[in-house]
Amino acid sequence: MNTKRTMVGGMPMPGVTERVVKAVFLTIICAVVILPFVGVISTSLAPAEEVTKAGGFVMFPTKGIDFTAYRSILSGGTVTQALLISAFVTAVGTTIAVALTCTLGWALSRRGTIGNKALLLLVLISLLFNPGLIPSYLTVQQFGLLNSLWAVIVPVSVSAFNVIVVRSFFVGLPNEIIDAARIDGASEWKLFRYIGLPLSKAVIAVIGLFYGVGYWNSFFNAMLYLNDSAKWPLQLVLRTYVVNGVELGGQDLGLAGEAAPPQTSIQMAILMISVVPILCVYPFIQRHFAKGVLTGAVKG
Amino acid sequence: MGEKRSLGARLRRDYPVLLLAVPGLLILLAFQYYPLWGNIIAFQDYQPYLGVGKSLWSGFQNFSVIFNGDGEFLNAVKNTLILTLIQTVIVFPAPIVVALVLHSLLSNKLRQFVQTIIYLPHFMSWVIVVAIFQQVLGGTGMINNWLRSHGYSPMHIIGNVEAFRALLTSQVLWKDTGWATILFLAVLSQIDRSLYEASAVDGAGRWRQTWHVTLPGLKPIIILLLILKLGDSLTVGFEQIILQQQAVGVDASDVLDTYVYNNGILGGNWGVAAAVGLVKSAVALALVLSANKIAHRLGEEGVYRG
Repeated sequence: MNTKRTMVGGMPMPGVTERVVKAVFLTIICAVVILPFVGVISTSLAPAEEVTKAGGFVMFPTKGIDFTAYRSILSGGTVTQALLISAFVTAVGTTIAVALTCTLGWALSRRGTIGNKALLLLVLISLLFNPGLIPSYLTVQQFGLLNSLWAVIVPVSVSAFNVIVVRSFFVGLPNEIIDAARIDGASEWKLFRYIGLPLSKAVIAVIGLFYGVGYWNSFFNAMLYLNDSAKWPLQLVLRTYVVNGVELGGQDLGLAGEAAPPQTSIQMAILMISVVPILCVYPFIQRHFAKGVLTGAVKG
Repeated sequence: MGEKRSLGARLRRDYPVLLLAVPGLLILLAFQYYPLWGNIIAFQDYQPYLGVGKSLWSGFQNFSVIFNGDGEFLNAVKNTLILTLIQTVIVFPAPIVVALVLHSLLSNKLRQFVQTIIYLPHFMSWVIVVAIFQQVLGGTGMINNWLRSHGYSPMHIIGNVEAFRALLTSQVLWKDTGWATILFLAVLSQIDRSLYEASAVDGAGRWRQTWHVTLPGLKPIIILLLILKLGDSLTVGFEQIILQQQAVGVDASDVLDTYVYNNGILGGNWGVAAAVGLVKSAVALALVLSANKIAHRLGEEGVYRG
């Protein structure tokens, strides 16, 4: 191989050894990521006797598919309620967060308006520090939000980082359009609503997806602020019944007079219903994030 | 033109912009700036039923765990620093290696396929990640079932004090290595092609090109990320550890953040927890500022100018 190699993008073509090593390396990485998910899906769908025989986790079920675990957690009971709560927190939280982030980002993008620099600085400085656990708790307590779902929604509804990303996108919009609309007599709200928002759909979608995933996944704030287990979102139910292995009794499931499926199946079904919504939005994130978030993050 | 107008005129012109800013700003002020005031309970014998207003002042008494080196506190500091060191030495370089491999792939489709898979775990919550690890590595998990059915003895990983740090590290690697490649890949794609061509003309092979062209191209982003990491070096694995602390005990697992949570929220030592949290925040801020200064002195960009 001492003769001249073909060049690709300024680099010599990789040799056979390098290609094989890379192929093995990447295959292993992908398998390590994917196989656990396959196992979780399999166990949640495997029939009871197969799970019992395997003593827990089933990697490749061979005896057909059984939806009893899903039926038992989705027909009313603890998990169903937690699922509804998580859906509520995610929907309401994302709506509020996107609205607040976009309006603030738009206002900060209007350079030359009164107080613009001071407000921008206020947002930027908040990126440098974290208020800390105890002070945050005292604040939520003082506002009377303890044990309320709003404690999980409101405090994290404005991410300074997202505000900056949205703002830099708005700043990049062509000035001519905004000026033209203003000469035609458009109010600030109309500029925002009919020019800023429609031209920034992609970045708003990404921000919304990130807020959405954040709310859906939020675990610690729920644990910190919600004492009443009737208000628990899915992540806390997941922690209690899957991570800590507390058994779900008949009254926690929604089954009437049917034999409960094995705990492992139920646990994996709970795990699946907390993963599936993320899998559903993942393709959209995947399509958008390279454009929207990355440019904002890299360029500041 | 704007300068000549009076304040009142500017206000009249700009108030709609300010109105749009108000809701978001209020949230930021209420939950990012206003809580700072709560730090004063670090100097109080805080009693929840008395509140911040009526609790007695206690000077620096709460800080005695720090100054006198309370065992439980030192243990948390030790664990925090060890985990940060592991994260810097093992977890930080991992995505660079993966990014280099991905960048060297000739097929864009293959690269995108691998990216789609390895970014996924980043979007899973820590609860999900911990649950998945239990299912894979636990007593009746995927690996131990396989070992048992093939006549080997099962491994004790979940709940094993000695394997705990390795477990935490592998969880972080699984969750975030893929996602962390994204920044490195972005930088790699911006490296000037002509540099590769010039070095190839000079006879450099693939390894030497990686060493002399690719890695120098990554240097600024690596330094930037290390600075950010230094500022964060006292914050490590909070949710991840809270979820698994029961199984291995406080000695093996307590870090500063869990110390604050366990002592303050659960243990009711509000003042002590607040004092530790306050010192931690102050040290973290000092670390970011000095790391930034060092970077400038080394001739690098740093996080901000100043």
